[in-house]
Amino acid sequence: MKQFAELVNILGTSTKTNDKLDALSGYFASANDKDKVWVIALFSGRRPRRTINSTLLQQWCSELIGLPLWLFEESYHTVGDLSETIALLIPDSLRDENAIPHPLHYYVEKFQELADAGEEEKKSFMVQSWKELASPVERFVFNKLLSGAFRIGVSQKLMVNALAKTVSLDPSVIAHRISGNWDPSSISFEELLSETNVKADFSKPYPFYLAYALETLPEELGAPSAWQAEWKWDGIRGQLIKRNDELFVWSRGEELLTAKFPEYAVLKDLLPDGIVLDGEIIPAVDGKPLPFAILQTRIGRKNITKKQLQEAPMSFFSYDLLEYEYEDWRNVPLEQRRKKLEETIQKVNRPELLLSPAIQYSSWAELTALRLQSRSKGSEGLMLKRKESIYQVGRKRGDWWKWKIDPLTIDAVMIYAQKGSGRRSNLYTDYTFAVKDGDKLVAFTKAYSGLTDKEFNEVDSFVKRNSLEKFGPVRTVKPELVFEIAFEGIAASNRHKSGVALRFPRMNRWRKDKKPEEINTLADLKKMLEIYGQ
Amino acid sequence: MSSLIQFSDHGLYCPQGQFYIDPWRPVEKAIITHAHSDHARPGSKSYLCHRDSLPLLELRLGPNAYQTVEWNEPIFINGVKVSLHPAGHIIGSSQVRLEYQGEVWVVSGDYKTENDGISGAFEPLKCDVFITESTFGLPIYNWKPQEEIFRSIQDWILKNHAEGKTSVLMAYSLGKAQRLLSCVESTGLPVFLHGAVYNVHQALISAGHKLPAVQRVQPDMPKDIFKGNVVIAPGSADNSPWMKRFASYSTGVCSGWMQVRGNVRRRNADAGFALSDHADWNGLLQAVKATGAKKVFVTHGFQAAFSRYLMEAGIEAAEVKTEYGQEDEADTTENINAAE
Repeated sequence: MKQFAELVNILGTSTKTNDKLDALSGYFASANDKDKVWVIALFSGRRPRRTINSTLLQQWCSELIGLPLWLFEESYHTVGDLSETIALLIPDSLRDENAIPHPLHYYVEKFQELADAGEEEKKSFMVQSWKELASPVERFVFNKLLSGAFRIGVSQKLMVNALAKTVSLDPSVIAHRISGNWDPSSISFEELLSETNVKADFSKPYPFYLAYALETLPEELGAPSAWQAEWKWDGIRGQLIKRNDELFVWSRGEELLTAKFPEYAVLKDLLPDGIVLDGEIIPAVDGKPLPFAILQTRIGRKNITKKQLQEAPMSFFSYDLLEYEYEDWRNVPLEQRRKKLEETIQKVNRPELLLSPAIQYSSWAELTALRLQSRSKGSEGLMLKRKESIYQVGRKRGDWWKWKIDPLTIDAVMIYAQKGSGRRSNLYTDYTFAVKDGDKLVAFTKAYSGLTDKEFNEVDSFVKRNSLEKFGPVRTVKPELVFEIAFEGIAASNRHKSGVALRFPRMNRWRKDKKPEEINTLADLKKMLEIYGQ
Repeated sequence: MSSLIQFSDHGLYCPQGQFYIDPWRPVEKAIITHAHSDHARPGSKSYLCHRDSLPLLELRLGPNAYQTVEWNEPIFINGVKVSLHPAGHIIGSSQVRLEYQGEVWVVSGDYKTENDGISGAFEPLKCDVFITESTFGLPIYNWKPQEEIFRSIQDWILKNHAEGKTSVLMAYSLGKAQRLLSCVESTGLPVFLHGAVYNVHQALISAGHKLPAVQRVQPDMPKDIFKGNVVIAPGSADNSPWMKRFASYSTGVCSGWMQVRGNVRRRNADAGFALSDHADWNGLLQAVKATGAKKVFVTHGFQAAFSRYLMEAGIEAAEVKTEYGQEDEADTTENINAAE
């Protein structure tokens, strides 16, 4: 555990990518194979299932050190992270000096064994582990792992690069081999990275090719005829795979979603065997995508009702073909992949599988104008793809660009603040905003991002000086600071007092030039809902 | 009987003695616990402080009517017996003990209970009423012994040295920077100071303090001179053009806030060392208990949490709003902006 804790510590605090890369490849070169497999799993989003809830962890820790629960909570709000709070609260004096150090996989697997055990058994394991782990960093990492909340400041790409360096394979090969369905507790390091494994697992998706945001004018990309433009959909990026007469749907987060979207099942008998399509999982009626809020009613549901199937029927808006008749097509130019894709979709001819259309345009000026219609098409902008482009691995510049439309905005006043977490611990960075409704203020959204560190500090000190009341971790503040809130979409909601829910709200800028009297009204929001809500 | 100390809009006021302790507005007579700018503010007619605070106050507030005393050297002001006692926070830092008609009040100022070797060892004082700070008044703040932290700083410096990198330690220029000198001195590497740190250093040397030999960073110094060596600078220097001359370098922030990972990340520091000049949770509790006070007032920091905890432990406690906590670690934003 010590070695892994050190790794996490470097990854979590280092500010230089090279240092992180070195730390990771150093780890892969020296750690034991079982631990390595777990590190690959953890850093590619394969977290162990959460088997203990945070309330119990709080209780056990408070009990162990004799701390009143309110003080535990106060500490938690300041640290902003439960695992770290516990790690800091357990004093070194409780340490069991005779404890034998265990490796990473011991803890992870031990905990999997305990998944169905009773509370007492879990508790004694937690308490014992807290006592035997040698430092706050080790305790922190342990808590993170076992509370199922493991996130660390390292991208999968970086991990793949480090691994590639250590085992002398190409990063794109590694990315493919570690994709898909595998169980870190049973697969060996060698098996995981072997070619035979790729063949054996016929559900395996390809690593996704991702685009950066366009930073220049499209004119700088050269001739418009060399580029294909598509609408950019706001759904779940996914791969639809049929191999061995079985259908698989993968999300970009490498979650197997086949069971969640039973609509796609009909495609199994219609698609040719040995095919992989890239596209967007999105609810649609008559070929028109429904707002993201509708998709949200389907995410996270285990059992889907008939009503949901009717109200939010899923389509797969396909825009790329990665495999055909078991042949890897990723190195074939987009133009040809597209042709094959069009043929395939035409043959299937089902509303569950649609072709994401290529937009007809002859000049950049024309496309720039078309882009303004994005919202009415139910899209969030455009994708630009070089017709010659091959399908690359991960986020790459040059051949694919996303060109999103400007967000919707509204001016609002801050009324509540709460302390953030992670690098914003002990700073008030999570705010709730309100619009005017007559002489009342109506809360309508929260936002956490968009300000610079310096601005956050300024707001933080404002909150500390101007708080009116305290409700647990939340402070009500004098409604004085005005912000322009940007968001990508708006939908009706009966869960919110304002009657609306925003998609991806954030602070666009701090309107120091505006007074709270000058903010937008609830009526303004309702009008936006009318225009953009459907 | 009226209180020996009242909490007024100018600061802590002793009506019987007609003086203030660490006032935040100009007053006739101010007793100063220590030279940090949130406790020692300009504009008052006369100042009373410990002898070691004098050069620091002169440096920061300029010429004024100063009166100095030694620790444990009582003086009487209108019948109130006033004495200063070591607070262990920075050089010269003192607790103020007031005694009148058999009642004793102690104002802690800022303090730490661990002896850092340069600030004087914190002296527990018996009193009826204790006014304590609470900068780190949560149980997540527990410091490692100075020796252990120094060792990790030294290891970090030597590792940087081996990689040809300059170690830039970010530390508050008054207090923390001087405390670090003995730590970095033992690496045997040359030590360079930022101007703000150097000014404090010189003021202390002129007043007769013995501090390790150092050099001030000069604009015309060749860049090679820093390579692999040690620099001490205030946090405000971080990310400024002034830092360019040290490339390549590694930054290490020395502050109690570095106890929490998020703060290290927010500061974008290469390393964070939880080295504080304030008492940690156990230090605060110990200090309060040692006073035997029947009433405790809690000032700047986590005053709500700390006073509630004391109440539940059977010690009468109340929060007090002050304007302290805007310099050094007591100011949370200092750690992010590192503004000095």
